[in-house]
Amino acid sequence: MENQTKKMLSSYAAKIRMGIIESTYGAKAGHPGGSLSSADLFAYLYFKEMNVDAKNPKDENRDRFVLSKGHCAPGLYSALAYKGFFPVEDLPTLRHIDSYLQGHPNMNTVPGIDMSTGSLGQGISTAVGMAKGAKYIENDKINVYTLLGDGEIEEGQVWEALMFASQYNLNNLCVIIDCNGLQIDGTCEEVMSAEPIDEKLKAFGFDVDIINGNDFDELESAFEHFHKADKPFAIIMKTIKGKGVSFMENQVGWHGKAPNEEEYNIAMAELKAQLAEIEEA
Amino acid sequence: MAEIKKIATRDSYGNALKELAMEGADKLVVLDADLSAATKTGIFKKEYPDRHINCGIAEANMICVAAGMSTMGLVPFASSFAMFAAGRAFEQVRNTIGYPYLNVKIGATHAGISVGEDGASHQCCEDFALMRAIPGMVVICPADDVEARQAVKAAYNYEGPVYLRFGRLAVPVFHNDDYKFEIGKGEVITEGNDVTIIANGLMVAEAIEAGKMLKEKGISAEVINIATIKPLDEELVIKSAKKTGRVITVEEHNIIGGLGEAVCSCLSEKCPTPVKRIGVNDEFGHSGPALDLLKQFGLSAENITKVAEEFVK
Repeated sequence: MENQTKKMLSSYAAKIRMGIIESTYGAKAGHPGGSLSSADLFAYLYFKEMNVDAKNPKDENRDRFVLSKGHCAPGLYSALAYKGFFPVEDLPTLRHIDSYLQGHPNMNTVPGIDMSTGSLGQGISTAVGMAKGAKYIENDKINVYTLLGDGEIEEGQVWEALMFASQYNLNNLCVIIDCNGLQIDGTCEEVMSAEPIDEKLKAFGFDVDIINGNDFDELESAFEHFHKADKPFAIIMKTIKGKGVSFMENQVGWHGKAPNEEEYNIAMAELKAQLAEIEEA
Repeated sequence: MAEIKKIATRDSYGNALKELAMEGADKLVVLDADLSAATKTGIFKKEYPDRHINCGIAEANMICVAAGMSTMGLVPFASSFAMFAAGRAFEQVRNTIGYPYLNVKIGATHAGISVGEDGASHQCCEDFALMRAIPGMVVICPADDVEARQAVKAAYNYEGPVYLRFGRLAVPVFHNDDYKFEIGKGEVITEGNDVTIIANGLMVAEAIEAGKMLKEKGISAEVINIATIKPLDEELVIKSAKKTGRVITVEEHNIIGGLGEAVCSCLSEKCPTPVKRIGVNDEFGHSGPALDLLKQFGLSAENITKVAEEFVK
């Protein structure tokens, strides 16, 4: 990847992380951990990979994104805001009464949200439906992307959706699994291990890339593979939960908890320093 | 007297889907979960195989696939038995069709105890309750072939989520071909003054029979078909209740959460009137021939007549 592109993506990823902290601090609730682990992916999808237009959010030829792990809305909202779908200044209204930024994505209130999600396992099925729908209407411009958590794939419906994708050879579908290794009650390994995830996906008929999801070169390579795939494609992203905020990294407790004022100040200072470093480079 | 034609409304469902496609419904797609022969979407599939998507035995996924397809401008009819469409996939319907208010139609067949021999595991008597409780969901239970076919077409042309309930058992066709079904509108079949009988689905034919039996006993019953439970035709219900002062509801559903409760809610707030609910009395069904089961559970013209007679005493 060219340095300029990487710099641009890194800069957006840092801003998205700041948006996650701003919004969860503003909400006094929400899910920073999994939002932060996916922040690099959000930057890559919205600023390099996907064909979407903030001025025309409902363009019928746009690519679709379904946040199957809907609780990571702070990350998605932040990416959409920086992409220009709505003002960045609105991010701290997350979860406030009368805010359009609901705790989980609502496709009818937030520009740029393609599907209302929040109940785990259902988003991927809708993404599969979109991909099947795109094939049905013979629109080959549309790619459908969906992001799941590694805890989420414990839901049986996920595997129903994977079977469907394979049965109908949905090579316009890219399933991304954020494997940060942590879920609410502990590590995925302790709670209910889905490993080996890659072997399971392959057995379900997918081509699979395993990458470092916090590395733009590896993200680029995986999406290049997706575009060449002739069957459904999955990206297993190994990530760090809470990535970018030192005290949140790899901590189960930061799954669904907002920073207090002191934590907010530390987190923002760290992220501002990261952004400054990126922009000086 | 000529024998009355009997058709199961699940056949009407399959035929109406085919007719819709023949009439140019270009957004129509039909989803099924390995039950095409039973739900009768197989009738559609035979003519339009490319527009019929088998989702396998995975109803939760099917409901959400339908939701995703609807966002691509299509009008999916997701089909399964009521037990699985409304029961197993309730939360998918609630969160991924109801909450985003997507243009998905749910075609649920084999509802009620008239499923028969399969027994309680397949006899869904809770679907009205489940579907009515979802904000914005339209809930329709047509009474015969004519109404069922029109209801499918009305659902296609309606923008928003619709739950359609069909039966397995062949039931009398009493509507003429010129009958016009409209979502949210009830139908006075027989006018009367002493008691109102409000029914839906296959109980409408029984209610009509009961009306005739009551007439012979000198009781004038007003028989009403409420095919759309939600939104309820409150105006019609209130008007009839005011006229007769007594209302009986009849449904092939638990008396909790269905037509009876919808009518009671309406009347208790807007026109307090004594109501007797005939339905499945908060119990599970069991195996047996459909017609015997219906009689056993009191879902018959004879029992409606008995309840009405006691009511008007």
